[in-house]
Amino acid sequence: MTKFIENVGRDTLKRLDYVGGLSMGLWAAVRALGTTLPVTGNRYRWKASVVQMLEIGVEAIPMVGLMAMCCGFILAMQGGSELRRFGAMSLVIDLVAIGFTREIGPLLTAIAISGRSGSAISAEIATMVVTEEIDILKVMAFEPVEFVVAPKLLGALIAVPCLTVVCNVCGIFAGWIFMFFSTHLGLKLYVHEVLESLVLRDVVSGLIKSIAFAAIIVLVGCREGFSVRGGPEAVGRSTTAAVVKSTFLVIVADMFFTAIFYFTGKH
Amino acid sequence: MPIISVRNLVVEYGGRRVLDGLNLDVEPGETMVLLGGSGAGKTTLLRNLLGLERPQSGSVVVKGVDITCCSPTELKRVRRSIGVSFQSAALFNSLTVEDNVALALREHTSLAPSIIELDVWMKLAAVGLADCGKLYPQELSGGMRKRASVARALALDPEILVFDEPSAGLDPIVAAELDELILLLKEAFQMTVVVVTHELPSAFRIADRIAMLYRGSFLAVGRKEEIRVSQDPHIRQFLDRVPDIVKPAHLVESFFEKYLSSPEVAP
Repeated sequence: MTKFIENVGRDTLKRLDYVGGLSMGLWAAVRALGTTLPVTGNRYRWKASVVQMLEIGVEAIPMVGLMAMCCGFILAMQGGSELRRFGAMSLVIDLVAIGFTREIGPLLTAIAISGRSGSAISAEIATMVVTEEIDILKVMAFEPVEFVVAPKLLGALIAVPCLTVVCNVCGIFAGWIFMFFSTHLGLKLYVHEVLESLVLRDVVSGLIKSIAFAAIIVLVGCREGFSVRGGPEAVGRSTTAAVVKSTFLVIVADMFFTAIFYFTGKH
Repeated sequence: MPIISVRNLVVEYGGRRVLDGLNLDVEPGETMVLLGGSGAGKTTLLRNLLGLERPQSGSVVVKGVDITCCSPTELKRVRRSIGVSFQSAALFNSLTVEDNVALALREHTSLAPSIIELDVWMKLAAVGLADCGKLYPQELSGGMRKRASVARALALDPEILVFDEPSAGLDPIVAAELDELILLLKEAFQMTVVVVTHELPSAFRIADRIAMLYRGSFLAVGRKEEIRVSQDPHIRQFLDRVPDIVKPAHLVESFFEKYLSSPEVAP
């Protein structure tokens, strides 16, 4: 029994240690973020950041858009089948609009990006560690955090909220498709209803979440990449760990953020 | 005054002592070869010379700065005067050979692009890769990659040039060419050269002095002629390529004897 408690305690400390390490990583990366800014920073870092924005954001638009349409349609169908019984089909619009902007949009985007870019980030950095590229960066008097992490962080901080907006739009549009086929609702009226049901707070809270998720995905990816020890097979393991841990942490963070917004909001 | 001075350097990994109180002086303009078998601690010593690891105790003074306890800014300043070519070449795979060489110049100097281009071309010509600037590292052979990494190490006109296993994984002809290149560069640029290797012909070809490393301490440090005629049994064993006195056949025999006398076989 004591052994069990010991193990639980040790594991808890390990997890806390990991999150603590992430926060330190965040601090280091944020301090290096200044070098990635245009005009005032280093123009090579800014260029690298733009490349990251394209890789993390623009290239993910088709995938995120399609996923969002599917989810929007699913949500509308599931909601519709229940709400129809109460004759409250118009509430499907609220369900989709509020559900997406507050919750599903940021979460879906974060999960897609953690699978797509979180893995890529950790694989790239882990490969650089294994092939001694990180060592050579240090020896060439570069700061690996500034050189490798900061552009990815800036790229993700800008790209992920933008993707979240794309995701929201696609999801809500899919809701209209459902409404059109079930109740012949026109697009104009649907958009009007959507705008009616949304308040600015819903959109902003969703975007704040997506910024936090972007930071989590990049930092976990980088941390897993940098902590690689051993040969090429360790790269694969770090990639898996990056996806699993960042998805997990995104969902945990989502709960905390939703709780904060829930308790600070008007009821 | 020595340009690199190591005093009582102790490095331990998990309680196992890898370097045991090393003392070494490298004079400006000489070629020092760190010779030793696998696991003798060569790479660990090299990583400590470059400030990539912190030792348990002792000091590494490069150009008057103790890099084991100096500030990150000072460490960067010292590192700018060191050029390094790693065993795996460690070229940045996402950049062309030209950009690999130009990286440090672009980031650490304010030279005009045309001057940088000229300088890069000169460095590439010095290592015999003048036509390969536009190629990517993956498109080069092993020997060419090593040369490219030498060109990159030369980029900032360093005072100290460090090679980790320059001839590892290369055929004898290419390895010999690389030795000649090191001699030529040293002659042309008047640099201090530190080479870590276990290849005897290469070591005796390029060295002024040799430091013989054995299980974490120096057996002998001296001019190559002195090392060649040394009567120390471990040095002789290394130079004469005598295997350790363990006969594999005997090992197999004793294994079977033990197996046959074990209770599961002898009923």
